[in-house]
Amino acid sequence: MTNGLVELFTIFILSAFVGYEVISKVTSILHTPLMSGSNAIHGVVLVGAMIVLGSAHTVGEEALGFIAVVLATLNVVGGFVVTDRMLEMFKARTPAPQDVQRKDGDLPE
Amino acid sequence: MSRGTVIDIFYLVAVVGFILALKALSSPRRARMGNLLGAAGMVLAVGATFARAGLGHVGLMVGAMAIGVAVGVPAARLVRMTAMPQMVAAFNGVGGGAAAVVSLTAFVSTDAKLLPIYKVLEVIFGVVIGSFSLSGSALSFAKLQELVTGRPIVYRGQQRVNAVVAAGILALLIAVLTTDSTVLLWILLVLSLALGLLFVLPIGGADVPVLISLLNAFTGLAVAASGFSLNSNLLVVAGTLVGASGTLLTVLMSNAMGRSLPNILFSAFGAVITAGTSEAATTRSVRAATVEDVAVLLAYARKVAIIPGYGLAVAQAQHAVRELANTLTKRGVEVFYAIHPIAGRMPGHMNVLLAEADVPYEDLREMEEANREMSTVDVALVVGANDTVNPAAKEVPGSPIYGMPIINADEAANIVFLKRSMRPGFAGIDNDLMYNPKTVMLFGDAKDSLQKLASGVVRV
Repeated sequence: MTNGLVELFTIFILSAFVGYEVISKVTSILHTPLMSGSNAIHGVVLVGAMIVLGSAHTVGEEALGFIAVVLATLNVVGGFVVTDRMLEMFKARTPAPQDVQRKDGDLPE
Repeated sequence: MSRGTVIDIFYLVAVVGFILALKALSSPRRARMGNLLGAAGMVLAVGATFARAGLGHVGLMVGAMAIGVAVGVPAARLVRMTAMPQMVAAFNGVGGGAAAVVSLTAFVSTDAKLLPIYKVLEVIFGVVIGSFSLSGSALSFAKLQELVTGRPIVYRGQQRVNAVVAAGILALLIAVLTTDSTVLLWILLVLSLALGLLFVLPIGGADVPVLISLLNAFTGLAVAASGFSLNSNLLVVAGTLVGASGTLLTVLMSNAMGRSLPNILFSAFGAVITAGTSEAATTRSVRAATVEDVAVLLAYARKVAIIPGYGLAVAQAQHAVRELANTLTKRGVEVFYAIHPIAGRMPGHMNVLLAEADVPYEDLREMEEANREMSTVDVALVVGANDTVNPAAKEVPGSPIYGMPIINADEAANIVFLKRSMRPGFAGIDNDLMYNPKTVMLFGDAKDSLQKLASGVVRV
Protein backbone atom coordinates (compact mmCIF):
# COMPACT_ATOMS: atom_id res chain seq x y z
CA MET A 1 0.00 0.00 0.00
CA THR A 2 1.25 3.43 -0.88
CA ASN A 3 -0.02 6.89 -0.08
CA GLY A 4 -0.97 7.32 -3.71
CA LEU A 5 -3.41 4.43 -3.47
CA VAL A 6 -4.94 5.73 -0.25
CA GLU A 7 -5.33 9.14 -1.85
CA LEU A 8 -7.13 7.66 -4.88
CA PHE A 9 -9.27 5.55 -2.60
CA THR A 10 -10.26 8.61 -0.57
CA ILE A 11 -11.31 10.35 -3.77
CA PHE A 12 -13.23 7.23 -4.81
CA ILE A 13 -15.24 7.10 -1.57
CA LEU A 14 -16.01 10.82 -1.55
CA SER A 15 -17.09 10.74 -5.20
CA ALA A 16 -19.43 7.86 -4.45
CA PHE A 17 -21.19 9.97 -1.81
CA VAL A 18 -21.38 12.98 -4.13
CA GLY A 19 -22.80 10.83 -6.96
CA TYR A 20 -25.43 9.43 -4.66
CA GLU A 21 -26.46 12.76 -3.13
CA VAL A 22 -26.49 14.82 -6.29
CA ILE A 23 -29.32 12.95 -8.02
CA SER A 24 -31.34 11.83 -5.00
CA LYS A 25 -34.28 14.11 -5.83
CA VAL A 26 -34.93 13.30 -9.49
CA THR A 27 -38.49 12.99 -10.82
CA SER A 28 -39.38 9.85 -12.74
CA ILE A 29 -39.86 11.63 -16.09
CA LEU A 30 -36.17 12.50 -16.05
CA HIS A 31 -34.91 8.99 -15.32
CA THR A 32 -34.17 8.23 -18.97
CA PRO A 33 -32.38 11.50 -19.84
CA LEU A 34 -30.41 11.30 -16.60
CA MET A 35 -29.28 7.76 -17.39
CA SER A 36 -28.29 8.87 -20.86
CA GLY A 37 -26.47 11.94 -19.54
CA SER A 38 -24.46 9.99 -16.99
CA ASN A 39 -23.76 7.48 -19.77
CA ALA A 40 -22.09 10.29 -21.69
CA ILE A 41 -20.08 11.35 -18.64
CA HIS A 42 -18.41 7.97 -18.21
CA GLY A 43 -17.19 8.54 -21.75
CA VAL A 44 -14.41 10.42 -19.95
CA VAL A 45 -12.59 7.11 -20.30
CA LEU A 46 -11.59 8.79 -23.58
CA VAL A 47 -8.94 10.66 -21.59
CA GLY A 48 -7.61 7.32 -20.35
CA ALA A 49 -7.66 5.95 -23.88
CA MET A 50 -5.70 8.99 -25.11
CA ILE A 51 -3.08 8.53 -22.40
CA VAL A 52 -2.75 4.84 -23.26
CA LEU A 53 -2.43 5.47 -27.00
CA GLY A 54 -0.15 8.45 -26.41
CA SER A 55 2.35 6.31 -24.54
CA ALA A 56 2.11 3.19 -26.74
CA HIS A 57 5.45 1.57 -27.59
CA THR A 58 4.56 -1.50 -29.63
CA VAL A 59 2.24 -2.04 -32.57
CA GLY A 60 -0.02 -4.14 -30.35
CA GLU A 61 -0.39 -1.33 -27.83
CA GLU A 62 -1.01 1.15 -30.62
CA ALA A 63 -3.79 -1.04 -31.99
CA LEU A 64 -5.41 -1.46 -28.57
CA GLY A 65 -5.09 2.24 -27.82
CA PHE A 66 -6.58 3.11 -31.19
CA ILE A 67 -9.58 0.85 -30.57
CA ALA A 68 -10.04 2.34 -27.10
CA VAL A 69 -10.03 5.91 -28.47
CA VAL A 70 -12.59 5.03 -31.17
CA LEU A 71 -14.91 3.30 -28.68
CA ALA A 72 -14.61 6.02 -26.05
CA THR A 73 -15.24 8.78 -28.62
CA LEU A 74 -18.40 6.96 -29.70
CA ASN A 75 -19.50 6.84 -26.07
CA VAL A 76 -18.88 10.57 -25.57
CA VAL A 77 -20.42 12.05 -28.70
CA GLY A 78 -23.26 9.54 -28.98
CA GLY A 79 -24.10 9.95 -25.31
CA PHE A 80 -24.30 13.73 -25.33
CA VAL A 81 -26.14 13.97 -28.65
CA VAL A 82 -28.77 11.38 -27.67
CA THR A 83 -29.33 13.10 -24.33
CA ASP A 84 -29.69 16.47 -26.02
CA ARG A 85 -32.28 15.07 -28.41
CA MET A 86 -34.27 13.65 -25.51
CA LEU A 87 -34.17 16.95 -23.65
CA GLU A 88 -35.07 19.00 -26.73
CA MET A 89 -38.60 17.72 -26.20
CA PHE A 90 -38.86 19.39 -22.83
CA LYS A 91 -38.73 22.83 -24.41
CA ALA A 92 -42.32 22.49 -25.64
CA ARG A 93 -43.54 21.70 -22.16
CA THR A 94 -43.98 25.26 -20.94
CA PRO A 95 -47.09 26.44 -22.80
CA ALA A 96 -46.22 29.31 -25.10
CA PRO A 97 -48.92 31.84 -26.11
CA GLN A 98 -49.59 30.19 -29.48
CA ASP A 99 -50.28 26.88 -27.73
CA VAL A 100 -53.45 28.37 -26.30
CA GLN A 101 -54.68 29.07 -29.82
CA ARG A 102 -53.67 25.67 -31.01
CA LYS A 103 -55.90 24.10 -28.36
CA ASP A 104 -58.90 25.60 -30.16
CA GLY A 105 -57.82 23.91 -33.32
CA ASP A 106 -57.09 27.16 -35.18
CA LEU A 107 -53.68 26.07 -36.33
CA PRO A 108 -53.59 23.25 -38.81
CA GLU A 109 -50.50 21.03 -38.86
CA MET B 1 3.24 26.14 -12.31
CA SER B 2 4.30 23.14 -14.27
CA ARG B 3 2.38 22.02 -17.31
CA GLY B 4 1.11 18.97 -15.40
CA THR B 5 -0.38 21.16 -12.67
CA VAL B 6 -2.21 23.33 -15.18
CA ILE B 7 -3.65 20.24 -16.84
CA ASP B 8 -4.77 18.92 -13.46
CA ILE B 9 -6.55 22.22 -12.76
CA PHE B 10 -8.38 21.89 -16.06
CA TYR B 11 -9.36 18.36 -15.03
CA LEU B 12 -10.69 19.71 -11.74
CA VAL B 13 -12.86 22.23 -13.57
CA ALA B 14 -14.11 19.44 -15.84
CA VAL B 15 -15.04 17.30 -12.84
CA VAL B 16 -16.98 20.17 -11.28
CA GLY B 17 -18.77 20.49 -14.62
CA PHE B 18 -19.75 16.81 -14.46
CA ILE B 19 -21.12 17.12 -10.93
CA LEU B 20 -23.15 20.22 -11.81
CA ALA B 21 -24.33 18.45 -14.97
CA LEU B 22 -25.75 15.54 -12.99
CA LYS B 23 -27.35 17.96 -10.57
CA ALA B 24 -28.98 19.97 -13.36
CA LEU B 25 -30.10 16.81 -15.18
CA SER B 26 -32.34 15.96 -12.25
CA SER B 27 -34.49 19.08 -12.67
CA PRO B 28 -36.74 19.48 -15.74
CA ARG B 29 -36.01 23.16 -16.21
CA ARG B 30 -32.22 22.94 -16.15
CA ALA B 31 -31.76 19.48 -17.64
CA ARG B 32 -30.73 20.59 -21.09
CA MET B 33 -28.25 23.09 -19.74
CA GLY B 34 -26.88 20.33 -17.54
CA ASN B 35 -26.18 18.15 -20.52
CA LEU B 36 -24.35 20.99 -22.27
CA LEU B 37 -22.36 21.62 -19.11
CA GLY B 38 -21.28 17.98 -19.08
CA ALA B 39 -20.27 18.21 -22.73
CA ALA B 40 -18.28 21.39 -22.02
CA GLY B 41 -16.47 19.59 -19.19
CA MET B 42 -15.64 16.77 -21.58
CA VAL B 43 -14.24 19.13 -24.23
CA LEU B 44 -12.09 20.78 -21.54
CA ALA B 45 -10.78 17.44 -20.27
CA VAL B 46 -9.96 16.13 -23.75
CA GLY B 47 -8.39 19.43 -24.82
CA ALA B 48 -6.18 19.53 -21.72
CA THR B 49 -5.08 15.95 -22.36
CA PHE B 50 -3.71 16.96 -25.77
CA ALA B 51 -1.37 19.32 -23.93
CA ARG B 52 0.23 16.48 -21.93
CA ALA B 53 4.00 16.33 -22.16
CA GLY B 54 5.29 13.45 -24.29
CA LEU B 55 1.94 12.52 -25.77
CA GLY B 56 2.71 10.49 -28.89
CA HIS B 57 0.65 9.23 -31.81
CA VAL B 58 -1.38 12.45 -31.90
CA GLY B 59 -2.21 11.97 -35.58
CA LEU B 60 -3.45 8.45 -34.96
CA MET B 61 -5.44 9.73 -32.00
CA VAL B 62 -7.17 12.44 -34.00
CA GLY B 63 -7.93 9.88 -36.70
CA ALA B 64 -9.50 7.53 -34.15
CA MET B 65 -11.61 10.39 -32.77
CA ALA B 66 -12.69 11.38 -36.25
CA ILE B 67 -13.94 7.82 -36.82
CA GLY B 68 -15.81 7.91 -33.50
CA VAL B 69 -17.45 11.23 -34.34
CA ALA B 70 -18.25 10.21 -37.92
CA VAL B 71 -20.06 7.11 -36.69
CA GLY B 72 -21.48 8.36 -33.39
CA VAL B 73 -23.04 11.69 -34.36
CA PRO B 74 -25.14 10.46 -37.32
CA ALA B 75 -26.16 7.35 -35.36
CA ALA B 76 -27.36 9.49 -32.45
CA ARG B 77 -28.96 12.14 -34.71
CA LEU B 78 -30.81 9.87 -37.08
CA VAL B 79 -32.19 7.27 -34.70
CA ARG B 80 -35.95 7.49 -34.14
CA MET B 81 -37.16 8.66 -30.75
CA THR B 82 -38.66 5.23 -30.14
CA ALA B 83 -35.25 3.61 -30.53
CA MET B 84 -33.50 5.86 -27.98
CA PRO B 85 -33.27 3.21 -25.23
CA GLN B 86 -31.26 0.83 -27.37
CA MET B 87 -28.97 3.68 -28.47
CA VAL B 88 -28.21 4.38 -24.81
CA ALA B 89 -27.42 0.67 -24.41
CA ALA B 90 -25.11 0.74 -27.42
CA PHE B 91 -23.18 3.84 -26.32
CA ASN B 92 -22.92 2.42 -22.81
CA GLY B 93 -21.53 -0.83 -24.19
CA VAL B 94 -18.74 0.84 -26.19
CA GLY B 95 -17.82 2.84 -23.09
CA GLY B 96 -17.45 -0.39 -21.13
CA GLY B 97 -15.39 -1.86 -23.95
CA ALA B 98 -13.13 1.20 -23.97
CA ALA B 99 -12.57 0.92 -20.21
CA ALA B 100 -11.69 -2.77 -20.54
CA VAL B 101 -9.23 -2.08 -23.36
CA VAL B 102 -7.65 0.85 -21.50
CA SER B 103 -7.05 -1.33 -18.42
CA LEU B 104 -5.74 -4.16 -20.58
CA THR B 105 -3.34 -1.89 -22.43
CA ALA B 106 -2.11 -0.34 -19.19
CA PHE B 107 -1.24 -3.88 -18.09
CA VAL B 108 0.39 -4.91 -21.36
CA SER B 109 2.50 -1.77 -21.63
CA THR B 110 4.21 -2.13 -18.26
CA ASP B 111 6.32 -5.04 -17.18
CA ALA B 112 3.82 -6.89 -15.03
CA LYS B 113 6.57 -8.23 -12.77
CA LEU B 114 7.19 -4.67 -11.60
CA LEU B 115 3.57 -4.03 -10.74
CA PRO B 116 2.50 -4.35 -7.12
CA ILE B 117 -0.38 -6.77 -6.58
CA TYR B 118 -3.00 -4.06 -6.02
CA LYS B 119 -2.16 -2.53 -9.41
CA VAL B 120 -2.83 -5.86 -11.07
CA LEU B 121 -6.10 -6.12 -9.16
CA GLU B 122 -7.17 -2.69 -10.45
CA VAL B 123 -6.46 -3.81 -13.99
CA ILE B 124 -8.47 -6.97 -13.49
CA PHE B 125 -11.46 -5.01 -12.16
CA GLY B 126 -11.37 -2.71 -15.17
CA VAL B 127 -11.17 -5.60 -17.61
CA VAL B 128 -13.84 -7.77 -15.93
CA ILE B 129 -16.44 -5.06 -15.27
CA GLY B 130 -15.82 -3.31 -18.60
CA SER B 131 -16.20 -6.47 -20.70
CA PHE B 132 -19.23 -7.58 -18.69
CA SER B 133 -20.85 -4.23 -19.40
CA LEU B 134 -19.93 -4.41 -23.10
CA SER B 135 -21.49 -7.82 -23.81
CA GLY B 136 -24.44 -7.21 -21.48
CA SER B 137 -25.24 -3.93 -23.23
CA ALA B 138 -24.86 -5.57 -26.64
CA LEU B 139 -27.44 -8.21 -25.77
CA SER B 140 -29.74 -5.56 -24.24
CA PHE B 141 -29.49 -3.65 -27.49
CA ALA B 142 -30.39 -6.79 -29.45
CA LYS B 143 -33.38 -7.45 -27.18
CA LEU B 144 -34.77 -3.92 -27.49
CA GLN B 145 -34.13 -3.86 -31.23
CA GLU B 146 -35.94 -7.19 -31.37
CA LEU B 147 -33.00 -8.89 -33.06
CA VAL B 148 -33.53 -11.55 -30.41
CA THR B 149 -36.76 -12.30 -28.56
CA GLY B 150 -37.71 -9.86 -25.80
CA ARG B 151 -38.89 -12.72 -23.64
CA PRO B 152 -36.70 -14.11 -20.88
CA ILE B 153 -34.45 -16.83 -22.28
CA VAL B 154 -34.27 -19.62 -19.75
CA TYR B 155 -32.99 -23.16 -19.92
CA ARG B 156 -32.39 -26.04 -17.57
CA GLY B 157 -29.35 -25.74 -15.36
CA GLN B 158 -29.00 -22.02 -16.12
CA GLN B 159 -28.03 -21.16 -12.57
CA ARG B 160 -25.38 -23.88 -12.59
CA VAL B 161 -23.84 -22.65 -15.84
CA ASN B 162 -23.70 -19.08 -14.53
CA ALA B 163 -22.19 -20.25 -11.26
CA VAL B 164 -19.52 -22.23 -13.12
CA VAL B 165 -18.58 -19.23 -15.29
CA ALA B 166 -18.49 -16.91 -12.26
CA ALA B 167 -16.33 -19.41 -10.39
CA GLY B 168 -14.05 -19.64 -13.43
CA ILE B 169 -13.64 -15.86 -13.40
CA LEU B 170 -12.77 -15.92 -9.72
CA ALA B 171 -10.20 -18.70 -10.23
CA LEU B 172 -8.64 -16.89 -13.20
CA LEU B 173 -8.57 -13.66 -11.22
CA ILE B 174 -6.42 -15.35 -8.59
CA ALA B 175 -4.30 -16.99 -11.28
CA VAL B 176 -3.62 -13.65 -12.97
CA LEU B 177 -2.74 -12.08 -9.62
CA THR B 178 -0.18 -14.76 -8.89
CA THR B 179 1.28 -15.31 -12.38
CA ASP B 180 0.89 -11.84 -13.98
CA SER B 181 0.14 -13.70 -17.22
CA THR B 182 -1.18 -11.60 -20.11
CA VAL B 183 -2.64 -14.66 -21.81
CA LEU B 184 -4.71 -15.49 -18.74
CA LEU B 185 -5.90 -11.86 -18.64
CA TRP B 186 -7.19 -12.24 -22.21
CA ILE B 187 -9.04 -15.43 -21.23
CA LEU B 188 -10.47 -13.54 -18.26
CA LEU B 189 -11.74 -10.89 -20.66
CA VAL B 190 -13.46 -13.51 -22.81
CA LEU B 191 -15.06 -15.19 -19.80
CA SER B 192 -16.35 -11.82 -18.56
CA LEU B 193 -17.89 -11.19 -21.96
CA ALA B 194 -19.61 -14.57 -21.68
CA LEU B 195 -20.90 -13.82 -18.19
CA GLY B 196 -22.39 -10.52 -19.41
CA LEU B 197 -24.41 -12.41 -22.01
CA LEU B 198 -25.47 -15.15 -19.59
CA PHE B 199 -26.54 -12.55 -17.04
CA VAL B 200 -28.80 -10.69 -19.48
CA LEU B 201 -30.35 -13.73 -21.21
CA PRO B 202 -33.03 -14.46 -18.57
CA ILE B 203 -34.12 -10.83 -18.18
CA GLY B 204 -37.37 -10.00 -19.95
CA GLY B 205 -37.62 -7.20 -22.49
CA ALA B 206 -39.82 -5.03 -20.27
CA ASP B 207 -37.14 -5.05 -17.56
CA VAL B 208 -34.24 -4.30 -19.92
CA PRO B 209 -34.30 -0.51 -19.27
CA VAL B 210 -33.57 -1.08 -15.59
CA LEU B 211 -30.82 -3.44 -16.66
CA ILE B 212 -29.28 -0.80 -18.94
CA SER B 213 -29.24 1.61 -16.03
CA LEU B 214 -27.40 -1.00 -13.97
CA LEU B 215 -24.88 -1.68 -16.75
CA ASN B 216 -24.41 2.09 -17.02
CA ALA B 217 -23.37 2.12 -13.36
CA PHE B 218 -21.04 -0.83 -14.03
CA THR B 219 -19.35 1.01 -16.87
CA GLY B 220 -18.85 3.94 -14.51
CA LEU B 221 -17.07 1.63 -12.07
CA ALA B 222 -14.98 0.12 -14.87
CA VAL B 223 -13.89 3.65 -15.83
CA ALA B 224 -13.02 4.33 -12.19
CA ALA B 225 -10.94 1.14 -12.14
CA SER B 226 -9.10 2.31 -15.27
CA GLY B 227 -8.51 5.57 -13.43
CA PHE B 228 -6.87 3.68 -10.56
CA SER B 229 -4.59 1.88 -13.05
CA LEU B 230 -3.57 5.14 -14.73
CA ASN B 231 -3.38 7.14 -11.48
CA SER B 232 -5.93 9.54 -12.91
CA ASN B 233 -8.07 11.48 -10.45
CA LEU B 234 -10.30 12.61 -13.30
CA LEU B 235 -11.27 9.09 -14.31
CA VAL B 236 -11.71 7.93 -10.73
CA VAL B 237 -14.01 10.83 -9.84
CA ALA B 238 -16.11 10.83 -13.03
CA GLY B 239 -16.37 7.03 -13.14
CA THR B 240 -17.35 6.80 -9.49
CA LEU B 241 -19.90 9.60 -9.86
CA VAL B 242 -21.63 7.61 -12.58
CA GLY B 243 -21.23 4.36 -10.67
CA ALA B 244 -22.91 5.76 -7.58
CA SER B 245 -25.61 7.86 -9.24
CA GLY B 246 -26.30 5.04 -11.71
CA THR B 247 -26.81 2.57 -8.88
CA LEU B 248 -29.24 4.92 -7.15
CA LEU B 249 -31.03 5.58 -10.43
CA THR B 250 -31.40 1.83 -11.01
CA VAL B 251 -33.04 1.44 -7.61
CA LEU B 252 -35.34 4.43 -8.27
CA MET B 253 -36.36 2.95 -11.62
CA SER B 254 -37.20 -0.45 -10.19
CA ASN B 255 -39.16 1.29 -7.43
CA ALA B 256 -41.15 3.13 -10.10
CA MET B 257 -42.09 -0.28 -11.44
CA GLY B 258 -43.05 -1.47 -7.96
CA ARG B 259 -40.43 -4.20 -8.08
CA SER B 260 -37.27 -4.89 -6.18
CA LEU B 261 -34.01 -4.97 -8.09
CA PRO B 262 -33.20 -8.62 -7.21
CA ASN B 263 -36.69 -9.54 -8.38
CA ILE B 264 -36.05 -7.92 -11.78
CA LEU B 265 -32.60 -9.41 -12.19
CA PHE B 266 -33.15 -12.91 -10.92
CA SER B 267 -36.89 -13.68 -11.00
CA ALA B 268 -36.66 -15.68 -14.23
CA PHE B 269 -33.88 -17.84 -12.82
CA GLY B 270 -34.69 -21.42 -11.96
CA ALA B 271 -38.35 -21.21 -12.89
CA VAL B 272 -39.45 -21.37 -16.50
CA ILE B 273 -42.32 -18.91 -16.59
CA THR B 274 -45.57 -20.17 -17.99
CA ALA B 275 -47.21 -17.37 -19.87
CA GLY B 276 -49.91 -16.61 -17.29
CA THR B 277 -53.28 -18.06 -18.15
CA SER B 278 -52.57 -18.55 -21.82
CA GLU B 279 -54.21 -21.96 -22.01
CA ALA B 280 -57.55 -20.65 -20.85
CA ALA B 281 -57.10 -17.62 -23.06
CA THR B 282 -57.24 -19.40 -26.37
CA THR B 283 -60.73 -20.65 -25.64
CA ARG B 284 -62.09 -17.30 -24.50
CA SER B 285 -63.51 -14.78 -26.90
CA VAL B 286 -63.16 -11.04 -27.23
CA ARG B 287 -65.62 -8.48 -28.58
CA ALA B 288 -64.41 -6.82 -31.74
CA ALA B 289 -65.94 -3.44 -32.61
CA THR B 290 -66.08 -1.29 -35.74
CA VAL B 291 -64.76 2.26 -36.02
CA GLU B 292 -68.36 3.58 -36.03
CA ASP B 293 -69.22 1.79 -32.78
CA VAL B 294 -66.23 3.24 -31.01
CA ALA B 295 -66.71 6.72 -32.52
CA VAL B 296 -70.25 6.86 -31.12
CA LEU B 297 -69.07 5.59 -27.76
CA LEU B 298 -66.42 8.33 -27.61
CA ALA B 299 -68.60 11.14 -28.97
CA TYR B 300 -71.25 10.67 -26.29
CA ALA B 301 -68.84 10.14 -23.40
CA ARG B 302 -68.36 12.82 -20.80
CA LYS B 303 -64.88 11.84 -19.84
CA VAL B 304 -62.30 9.89 -21.84
CA ALA B 305 -58.97 8.64 -20.55
CA ILE B 306 -56.37 7.90 -23.20
CA ILE B 307 -53.83 5.32 -22.04
CA PRO B 308 -50.88 5.34 -24.45
CA GLY B 309 -48.27 2.62 -24.63
CA TYR B 310 -45.32 1.60 -26.69
CA GLY B 311 -47.57 0.52 -29.58
CA LEU B 312 -48.54 4.17 -30.04
CA ALA B 313 -44.90 5.11 -30.38
CA VAL B 314 -44.19 2.29 -32.83
CA ALA B 315 -47.12 3.33 -35.02
CA GLN B 316 -45.89 6.97 -34.84
CA ALA B 317 -49.44 7.78 -33.78
CA GLN B 318 -48.74 10.54 -31.26
CA HIS B 319 -50.00 13.23 -33.67
CA ALA B 320 -53.09 11.20 -34.59
CA VAL B 321 -53.98 10.72 -30.94
CA ARG B 322 -53.75 14.46 -30.33
CA GLU B 323 -56.05 15.11 -33.29
CA LEU B 324 -58.65 12.71 -31.90
CA ALA B 325 -58.34 14.35 -28.48
CA ASN B 326 -58.82 17.81 -30.05
CA THR B 327 -61.92 16.63 -31.91
CA LEU B 328 -63.39 15.23 -28.72
CA THR B 329 -62.53 18.34 -26.70
CA LYS B 330 -64.34 20.47 -29.29
CA ARG B 331 -67.47 18.40 -28.68
CA GLY B 332 -67.13 19.13 -24.97
CA VAL B 333 -65.74 15.77 -23.98
CA GLU B 334 -63.21 15.94 -21.19
CA VAL B 335 -60.02 14.18 -22.31
CA PHE B 336 -56.89 13.36 -20.36
CA TYR B 337 -53.91 11.11 -20.88
CA ALA B 338 -53.06 8.55 -18.21
CA ILE B 339 -49.31 8.01 -18.28
CA HIS B 340 -47.83 4.97 -16.64
CA PRO B 341 -44.35 5.69 -15.28
CA ILE B 342 -42.83 3.09 -17.61
CA ALA B 343 -45.12 3.66 -20.59
CA GLY B 344 -43.00 3.35 -23.68
CA ARG B 345 -39.80 1.56 -22.99
CA MET B 346 -38.30 3.67 -20.25
CA PRO B 347 -39.47 5.94 -17.46
CA GLY B 348 -40.49 9.26 -18.98
CA HIS B 349 -40.30 7.94 -22.55
CA MET B 350 -44.01 8.54 -23.24
CA ASN B 351 -43.94 12.10 -21.89
CA VAL B 352 -41.17 12.87 -24.36
CA LEU B 353 -43.05 11.33 -27.28
CA LEU B 354 -46.30 13.18 -26.49
CA ALA B 355 -44.48 16.46 -25.92
CA GLU B 356 -43.01 16.01 -29.39
CA ALA B 357 -46.59 15.92 -30.74
CA ASP B 358 -47.50 19.13 -28.85
CA VAL B 359 -49.87 17.42 -26.46
CA PRO B 360 -50.53 20.05 -23.75
CA TYR B 361 -48.59 19.23 -20.60
CA GLU B 362 -51.61 19.89 -18.36
CA ASP B 363 -53.57 17.09 -20.05
CA LEU B 364 -51.06 14.49 -18.89
CA ARG B 365 -51.86 12.73 -15.63
CA GLU B 366 -49.43 10.59 -13.76
CA MET B 367 -50.59 7.12 -12.85
CA GLU B 368 -51.75 7.75 -9.28
CA GLU B 369 -53.66 10.88 -10.23
CA ALA B 370 -55.23 9.09 -13.19
CA ASN B 371 -56.26 6.12 -11.07
CA ARG B 372 -58.09 8.39 -8.64
CA GLU B 373 -60.21 9.65 -11.54
CA MET B 374 -60.62 6.34 -13.33
CA SER B 375 -63.95 5.32 -11.73
CA THR B 376 -65.56 8.49 -13.14
CA VAL B 377 -64.26 7.82 -16.66
CA ASP B 378 -66.75 6.73 -19.34
CA VAL B 379 -64.28 5.38 -21.85
CA ALA B 380 -60.72 4.24 -21.27
CA LEU B 381 -59.02 4.24 -24.66
CA VAL B 382 -55.99 1.96 -24.52
CA VAL B 383 -53.70 2.78 -27.44
CA GLY B 384 -50.91 0.29 -27.90
CA ALA B 385 -50.53 -0.32 -24.17
CA ASN B 386 -50.88 -3.76 -22.66
CA ASP B 387 -48.76 -4.73 -19.67
CA THR B 388 -49.35 -1.36 -17.97
CA VAL B 389 -53.11 -2.04 -17.76
CA ASN B 390 -52.90 -5.79 -17.15
CA PRO B 391 -54.88 -6.71 -14.02
CA ALA B 392 -52.64 -9.77 -13.63
CA ALA B 393 -50.22 -7.39 -11.91
CA LYS B 394 -52.77 -7.14 -9.09
CA GLU B 395 -54.46 -10.51 -9.23
CA VAL B 396 -52.08 -13.27 -10.37
CA PRO B 397 -49.29 -13.78 -7.83
CA GLY B 398 -47.35 -16.08 -10.19
CA SER B 399 -47.26 -13.55 -13.01
CA PRO B 400 -43.88 -12.00 -13.89
CA ILE B 401 -45.41 -8.54 -13.60
CA TYR B 402 -47.13 -9.25 -10.28
CA GLY B 403 -46.74 -6.29 -7.95
CA MET B 404 -46.14 -3.74 -10.71
CA PRO B 405 -48.51 -0.80 -10.26
CA ILE B 406 -50.91 -0.49 -13.19
CA ILE B 407 -53.40 2.00 -14.53
CA ASN B 408 -56.79 0.75 -13.39
CA ALA B 409 -58.47 0.90 -16.79
CA ASP B 410 -60.85 -1.84 -15.59
CA GLU B 411 -62.55 0.74 -13.32
CA ALA B 412 -63.77 2.78 -16.29
CA ALA B 413 -67.32 2.20 -17.56
CA ASN B 414 -66.07 1.09 -20.98
CA ILE B 415 -62.71 -0.02 -22.19
CA VAL B 416 -61.56 0.21 -25.81
CA PHE B 417 -58.37 -1.50 -26.91
CA LEU B 418 -56.72 -0.27 -30.09
CA LYS B 419 -54.51 -3.17 -31.02
CA ARG B 420 -52.92 -4.67 -34.08
CA SER B 421 -53.63 -8.25 -33.03
CA MET B 422 -54.16 -10.40 -29.99
CA ARG B 423 -50.40 -10.77 -29.59
CA PRO B 424 -49.43 -10.36 -25.93
CA GLY B 425 -47.39 -7.35 -24.78
CA PHE B 426 -43.68 -6.90 -24.35
CA ALA B 427 -43.60 -8.97 -21.16
CA GLY B 428 -45.24 -11.82 -23.09
CA ILE B 429 -48.18 -12.21 -20.73
CA ASP B 430 -51.81 -12.59 -21.66
CA ASN B 431 -54.08 -9.73 -20.60
CA ASP B 432 -57.38 -10.61 -18.92
CA LEU B 433 -58.67 -7.09 -19.43
CA MET B 434 -59.26 -7.86 -23.13
CA TYR B 435 -61.75 -10.56 -22.14
CA ASN B 436 -63.57 -8.26 -19.72
CA PRO B 437 -67.27 -7.92 -20.73
CA LYS B 438 -66.84 -4.11 -20.63
CA THR B 439 -64.06 -4.26 -23.20
CA VAL B 440 -64.23 -3.95 -26.96
CA MET B 441 -61.30 -4.44 -29.32
CA LEU B 442 -60.65 -2.26 -32.35
CA PHE B 443 -58.11 -4.12 -34.45
CA GLY B 444 -55.76 -2.40 -36.84
CA ASP B 445 -52.79 -0.06 -37.02
CA ALA B 446 -53.07 2.44 -34.16
CA LYS B 447 -52.41 5.51 -36.32
CA ASP B 448 -54.92 4.43 -38.94
CA SER B 449 -57.58 3.61 -36.34
CA LEU B 450 -57.11 6.92 -34.55
CA GLN B 451 -57.45 8.92 -37.76
CA LYS B 452 -60.61 7.02 -38.69
CA LEU B 453 -61.99 7.57 -35.20
CA ALA B 454 -61.31 11.31 -35.40
CA SER B 455 -63.26 11.63 -38.64
CA GLY B 456 -65.88 9.22 -37.27
CA VAL B 457 -66.48 11.40 -34.24
CA VAL B 458 -66.96 14.45 -36.48
CA ARG B 459 -69.65 12.61 -38.45
CA VAL B 460 -71.60 11.45 -35.39
